[in-house]
Amino acid sequence: MEPLTWTGSLGQFLNPVLMITATALVLTAAAQIIAGLFAPAVTLQSNADGSLMARGGAFGAVETALKWAFIATVVTLTAYLAAGLVMPYGRAGIVGAVAKRFLPVFIALIALFAVSMTFKRRLGLYGKLFDSTVGMIGFTLVMFWVFSAIFSGLFDMIATHDPLRPISGLKNKLPGVSVPEEGLYPHYLLGGDNLARDVFSRMVTGSVVVIAIAPLATLFAFMVGITLGLPAGYFGGKLDAFLTFIANLILAFPVILLFYLLVTPEIVATGIPSYMAAVLFVFPLVFTAVLLNSRYATQPAKRTVILVVVLGFFGWLYLSLISQEDTPLRILPAWLDGFDVNSGILVVFVSVVFVNAPTVFRIVRGLSMDIKTRDYVAAAQTRGEGPWYIMLWEILPNARGPLIVDFCLRIGYTTILLGTLGFFGLGLPPESPDWGSTINEGRKLLLIYIHPPLPPALALLTLVLGLNLLADGLREESLRD
Amino acid sequence: MVRLILRSIMGLFLTALCLTFLVFWLTNLAPNLEKLAKTQGNARMTDAAVESWLANRGYDQALPVKYGEWLGVVPGYVIDGSDGTTRARCVEAGAPVNNPPRFCGVLQGDWGYSTVLRDDVLTIIGTRLGLTAKLMACVMAIMIPGALIMGVLAGMREGSRLDRSLSTVSIITTATPEYVSGVVLIAVFATGTFGMNWFKGTATSAMEDANFQNFFLPVMTIALYGMGYIARMTRASMTEVMTAQYIRTARLKGVSFSNIVLKHALRNALIAPFTVIMLQFPWLLNGVVIVETLFNYKGFGWTLVQAASNNDIELLLGVSIVSVIVVLVTQLLSDIGYAVLNPRIRLS
Repeated sequence: MEPLTWTGSLGQFLNPVLMITATALVLTAAAQIIAGLFAPAVTLQSNADGSLMARGGAFGAVETALKWAFIATVVTLTAYLAAGLVMPYGRAGIVGAVAKRFLPVFIALIALFAVSMTFKRRLGLYGKLFDSTVGMIGFTLVMFWVFSAIFSGLFDMIATHDPLRPISGLKNKLPGVSVPEEGLYPHYLLGGDNLARDVFSRMVTGSVVVIAIAPLATLFAFMVGITLGLPAGYFGGKLDAFLTFIANLILAFPVILLFYLLVTPEIVATGIPSYMAAVLFVFPLVFTAVLLNSRYATQPAKRTVILVVVLGFFGWLYLSLISQEDTPLRILPAWLDGFDVNSGILVVFVSVVFVNAPTVFRIVRGLSMDIKTRDYVAAAQTRGEGPWYIMLWEILPNARGPLIVDFCLRIGYTTILLGTLGFFGLGLPPESPDWGSTINEGRKLLLIYIHPPLPPALALLTLVLGLNLLADGLREESLRD
Repeated sequence: MVRLILRSIMGLFLTALCLTFLVFWLTNLAPNLEKLAKTQGNARMTDAAVESWLANRGYDQALPVKYGEWLGVVPGYVIDGSDGTTRARCVEAGAPVNNPPRFCGVLQGDWGYSTVLRDDVLTIIGTRLGLTAKLMACVMAIMIPGALIMGVLAGMREGSRLDRSLSTVSIITTATPEYVSGVVLIAVFATGTFGMNWFKGTATSAMEDANFQNFFLPVMTIALYGMGYIARMTRASMTEVMTAQYIRTARLKGVSFSNIVLKHALRNALIAPFTVIMLQFPWLLNGVVIVETLFNYKGFGWTLVQAASNNDIELLLGVSIVSVIVVLVTQLLSDIGYAVLNPRIRLS
């Protein structure tokens, strides 16, 4: 097979077009920003012929030009992808082949958007997201990686090669190199890395690690933060002072130092991370128990049934999670131990939750201090509701707006933390395809071969950017209520 | 005001004590000590040999005692070792023990000896901190004015195209952690791939002789990440100020827009970003560690990585004291600064 070029035969036609539109975009954007400093405020202008105009003159022209340059650039970029989907393999170059690999993701995205747009008025805050451009862009970026992770993790679809298997002769080869072995995908789309593995497949498989750990770790951090933050803010006093002191203590700790202290093999051998896991993972259990108990306390029969079923299941999950083969905590017998998490991943998970929980605690504490002075809380108190009912069913639902926004931001931050751990080679197994470890591996030869670390770096960037934009859109829309 | 400061300082000391004790405990766990014995003594020591090696050097004392010795509030040990040598904490290894000083700990200025870099911990931290200070000075010189200008420009006309473009830029920079922006910057500006081989991809030579070519990329990498966040905070406080009553009064009086921004709005809009800038310090420390590793600049962050990955206990403790104190002092300064700058708190 011939090696692939970046854009194949499409490039002869599309590359000049892209050059022109991109240059026009940059020039008009610069002109617009400079003109914007001197432009008059937006008011309606009446023209001589009696018509009204929102904005006219040189400034209006620049603005229109910018709009069209932007549309032209987006259309050209879409053309690369669309042509890649319809043209036969290899003709549309690397870009086309990559687009073709991501085809299931694109179909899923389009389907999701079609459904959400149709029913957006009935979908609450989620539906409102589709009113904000920023939010939609963010949501697209996030869902792109979520679908990539689902398709490659569950259905083994997008990646072209085994992310862990080297193919001899392809060490550090440039993007588009053809694979010498028969029966495999014919090219390394984004080149080979330092150990002759496929960069593209590693990037795609790496998304599974990130998408699986980051939201779950953030959720656990929220459970811990909420379970401790609500009573701290609601009761105040000694409890609040003590918990705040502990939270500040953890926050004053430099994150990297904490990681180095917690995630080394020696510390793991002492079992401290396992004990921390046992403590931290209890909070979701406590949270659910208190939540359900306070709701159904007036109907004891129903409550007991619900609590036994739910806590039984969650308790089993909890015990299976913390009891591990080679740690001091071996509580469950093997036949009852549902699953084993890779101990490296468990340690990473625990330390990320540990670092995030104090910040969530502070936010929840502040919110609950603010909300407890409201009238509906006073009404509930007069009604004789218990403190936990008020916290979980009066205060918490009313604090959901800021919490949802912070949840999105925090997933992004957790992704960055996971990358940091990978970058320092802590916790995750060394051959793991997660983005941080891949960047770490690629940076060593960065001055000679730039193609191995760039794809995971850009992937991480787009995911975190998407989460930040999503949070921005959500904040805007929830403020509008 | 004085009470507030005193209370904060008390809290600072308590937190510093707790945190150093935590680090001390984690570094002195049994597996870490065993590793230390094997790297310092002999890699193939038996368990009994490890135990006596540790006992001869005072490592088997109770944790609070060891911590007290290290801190300098408990007299240093003098041990007649099982191998016939007498060792004392306050006497250098190999020197004869007669009348050693009673206390030698952090409070007395004796921070111990680094087993990896083979030098006195205090000297190492001094030189490395100097190098990092040079880096941070450059970062601050770029980041703070840049972020404030971006935030003020974006916030003075909320919703304008300039606001939206600058906000997008600041969101992008906050979404780019240092290890991503560093890799991208090196790939674009330090290799010939994109025809822009303008800078150097390592900053090792910048330790002696920093110039634009070898220092710009690391400085920009740290500055970019912090810049977006500060700019967004500045923008938020600027938009809030711009809707205030006194700005409307000034407008109605006919004050020109540039005068409104520069003379009326700016001062009040900069109170909130001040605290944010101070609270950025702990995050900057993260950035420093990543960037110094990426660009091979042997400053404080690089020392932290060396100490932590080689379990160099005394160096790691020294590094953590310094970083914890930096974090706590900046928190204190931001509390006090906020109270001083904000008339509503200052006068109450």
